[in-house]
Amino acid sequence: MTPGGITSRDRVLERIRKANLRAAGPREAIPRNYDGAGSHRASVQGKDEVVGLFETRLHDYDARVIRVRRDEIAAKAAELLLAGNRRRIVVPDGSPMAWQADGPEWIRDHELSVDVLNGVDGVMTAATVGVAVSGSIALQHGAAEGRRVLTLLPDYQLCVIEVAQVVETLPEAFARLDPARPVTFFSGPSATADIEMARIKGVHGPRFLDVLLVED
Amino acid sequence: MSLVQIERGSHEARAHDAHTLDPRTASPFPAAAKIDLRDTQLRRNVARATDTIQRKRAALVEEKTDWQALRDAGAAIRREALTNLDRYLLEFEERFQAAGGTVHWAANASEANRIVLGILREHEASEVIKIKSMTTAEIGLNDFLARHDVAAYETDLAELILQLGDDQPSHIVVPALHKNRQQVREIFARTMGLPDLTDDPEALTAAARRYLREKFLRVKTAICGGNFLIAETGGLAIVESEGNGRMCLTLPETLIAIVGIEKVIPRFADLEVLLQTLPRSATGERMNPYNSIWSGVVPGDGPKNMHVVLLDNGRTRVLRDAIGRQTLQCIRCGACQNACPVYRQTGGHAYGSVYAGPIGAILTPQLEDMRYAQSLPYASSLCGACYEVCPVKINIPEVLVHLRARVVDRGRRKLASLFDQERAGMMMMAAVFANRSRYEAAQRLARTAQRAVRHGDAWYHWLPGMAGRWTETRDLAPLPQQTFREWWQQRGQP
Amino acid sequence: MHISLFITCYNDTLFPRTGQSVVRVLERLGHTVEFPLEQTCCGQMHFNTGYAREAYPLAKRFVEIFADAEAVCIPSSSCVAMIREYYPALARENGDAAMAAAVDRLLPRLFEFSELLVDRLGVTDVGAYFPHRVTYHASCHGLRSLHLGDKPMQLLRAVGGLELVPLEGLEQCCGFGGTFAVKNADVSAAMLTDKTRAVLNTRAEVCTACDNSCLMHMQGMLHRQFAGVRTLHIAEVLAGTEDAPA
Repeated sequence: MTPGGITSRDRVLERIRKANLRAAGPREAIPRNYDGAGSHRASVQGKDEVVGLFETRLHDYDARVIRVRRDEIAAKAAELLLAGNRRRIVVPDGSPMAWQADGPEWIRDHELSVDVLNGVDGVMTAATVGVAVSGSIALQHGAAEGRRVLTLLPDYQLCVIEVAQVVETLPEAFARLDPARPVTFFSGPSATADIEMARIKGVHGPRFLDVLLVED
Repeated sequence: MSLVQIERGSHEARAHDAHTLDPRTASPFPAAAKIDLRDTQLRRNVARATDTIQRKRAALVEEKTDWQALRDAGAAIRREALTNLDRYLLEFEERFQAAGGTVHWAANASEANRIVLGILREHEASEVIKIKSMTTAEIGLNDFLARHDVAAYETDLAELILQLGDDQPSHIVVPALHKNRQQVREIFARTMGLPDLTDDPEALTAAARRYLREKFLRVKTAICGGNFLIAETGGLAIVESEGNGRMCLTLPETLIAIVGIEKVIPRFADLEVLLQTLPRSATGERMNPYNSIWSGVVPGDGPKNMHVVLLDNGRTRVLRDAIGRQTLQCIRCGACQNACPVYRQTGGHAYGSVYAGPIGAILTPQLEDMRYAQSLPYASSLCGACYEVCPVKINIPEVLVHLRARVVDRGRRKLASLFDQERAGMMMMAAVFANRSRYEAAQRLARTAQRAVRHGDAWYHWLPGMAGRWTETRDLAPLPQQTFREWWQQRGQP
Repeated sequence: MHISLFITCYNDTLFPRTGQSVVRVLERLGHTVEFPLEQTCCGQMHFNTGYAREAYPLAKRFVEIFADAEAVCIPSSSCVAMIREYYPALARENGDAAMAAAVDRLLPRLFEFSELLVDRLGVTDVGAYFPHRVTYHASCHGLRSLHLGDKPMQLLRAVGGLELVPLEGLEQCCGFGGTFAVKNADVSAAMLTDKTRAVLNTRAEVCTACDNSCLMHMQGMLHRQFAGVRTLHIAEVLAGTEDAPA
């Protein structure tokens, strides 16, 4: 704040206005002719193809995809976890009880400490939307998806997503997101290519991802 | 620096300059390039890295049948943001603060640094973890913090390598691409105390993962940049691959984001375009591993103290130039660097700026109001490959030529220009081209002059002065005995 | 058709044979070539080096000289790019509405040489004969500004006796870039080395392109290295016939 009372905020805004008065181009509409935008529907792929593509792209990331019926979620989840010797599993506070079969030790998130989260074997959550083209899954951290740290510290992530939640393109996915809520997009495990362009998976964040794809 | 030293010790020679990514003190591009061109390791690494990303990008672009539509939309979105920049920044500020965050405005780099330090002092923080941010490199934040007894730990693998190895980034997206695995192993073994560490990239990454985990769980304050600010929701978007970003924006109590004012986009839904073009352009992926979008403070989830520092630092200067302002559309994907045949030969350090390659060549001089980095607009053969790949359609060649004119026009006002060889030559040629008789006389004069030094068809292996730069590596054919127009006039009308 | 030839300042002075070849080809196809002697330079060198002020009168002069041409043929894609991409802006920035209008009227009649043949005259076989192993380099302006695409290759494929070999990295810049070749001579040479390597790998005897600026650059290093490869503008490849070889 300079002595005259002009703040940097004032100064920067004034510079912007002067610059735009001098040099701004004409107003223009945003041309939205890309796939999935507004009235331009994505290609006429049927639901089966879309879900098939979603599965393929997840496989490219070495994520396992298991198709289940709704009444099979709990049993299948327990089977997967125990087969991988993952016993201590964190779940969000709003995670459906019906998803928790006997076998693993289910730890509900009630402000769990970082130390606890660091020591569990995995996390299981719901999801908000899946994007087939990129094999991405978006969470909006609602009751069944949990705080962001839950899907960050554990080394294994099990995501339960319904076929009805899978769309083909990113614009379609955005149409389903609530702009007022936080979003985290996952597209495979963390990765780096910083050393000689060799792609290494699993830097920080879960290295292993399994997806339960729920069909009605 | 002796010739022998340049030939043999280019690593040492470069390390000497390695800290100079300050355009005010960096060597002009031709001089810096000359040194880096002799680093065979660097050239191999840069070529491999850029080829790899280019190949992946090309495959994905071919697959994306609406790619041009996405570029058109992305360019229009970015232009709209700039045209209404004040409005969108104010909208962002209101919504971000309504969500419990705090917005600060920094007119320049030193103010931004002071604001950050102020927040750190408020929370008695003597160490911070950082997500890679070009903006923080631009303002020299780490050095500033170090001078004020605050330790800043880089958490991106490449930035970690550079920090522990006391080096500088050479690429926007793959900053340590000039380093090979043996060099990384040596750095980690020494600084992390791991003498038995191998140079296998998996092992190196695992070492970094363990080393950083300790910091993520302990340090309470984080500093980051921002890929996008969203006006409509007061949102911040962080695009990353390694997960260190999510660590920094989830675990600490305080998060400070330093973001250039040009990063704002109007609507949440605009991300549906940019999150398609950015990952494909930057790393040749359909989507990068993690994207985090949120606004202000998320209750019970993440930092309690959220700060955004909006940085001008010359951006409003760029905005003033009708042709140059498109530079601010940049979303920092690095595709132009990967496509650039000049960058391919030199890597990033030669540009003497945090921003290298084609985007650096147009952004850096403009941020400095054309007082510095004047050699950068000339560090290009104007091939146009950058424009072709830019996801937001910045016409980089157009801006490069425009900035050359600004450099020349600055020079015109100076007395020294009267003695400038290039300017004299250009003025003379303009006069020669101005009319036919002068032009034909000049052609004849050149031929006459040549007869004095040349016989027959012998090519030139050496020429004096500026022309000698050609003959250092290339021969030059002698002027033909007859110009086209002489031939034409001789043949008469057919 | 009456086709006005803009030879370009550097072709006029350094590569007269290219102009002679253009004349030969167009006359062989039955057209009349005109050559307005007032022509000098399109202004690209000045404009690209930052001397826009000096480029403006040269541009204006060009437009006046060719204002009434039925068609303009230019054997240099960089000069065509200059005219198409920057003449309108030059006129605008100098408040020259008359020139702006004249440019708009002229542009549809103005062609690079291979564009003229394929697009305007609708011909890919010009009756040429050139029994050599040839590779083609895509000049940056032709590739990215003019979008010449496959046109030069179509012309080359129709040449009798010609063995066409693909050039790896044909889209990579050769490193000339006008004054760049001298102001950044080291990087320019590094880029040229990569291009030279690619040319030599084709084992071609001749490397051709639509721009003598690139070819002069490439020949400079090939000659220095005694590589046994020569460069030739596409017009010169197309000029030779079986009766009268190039």
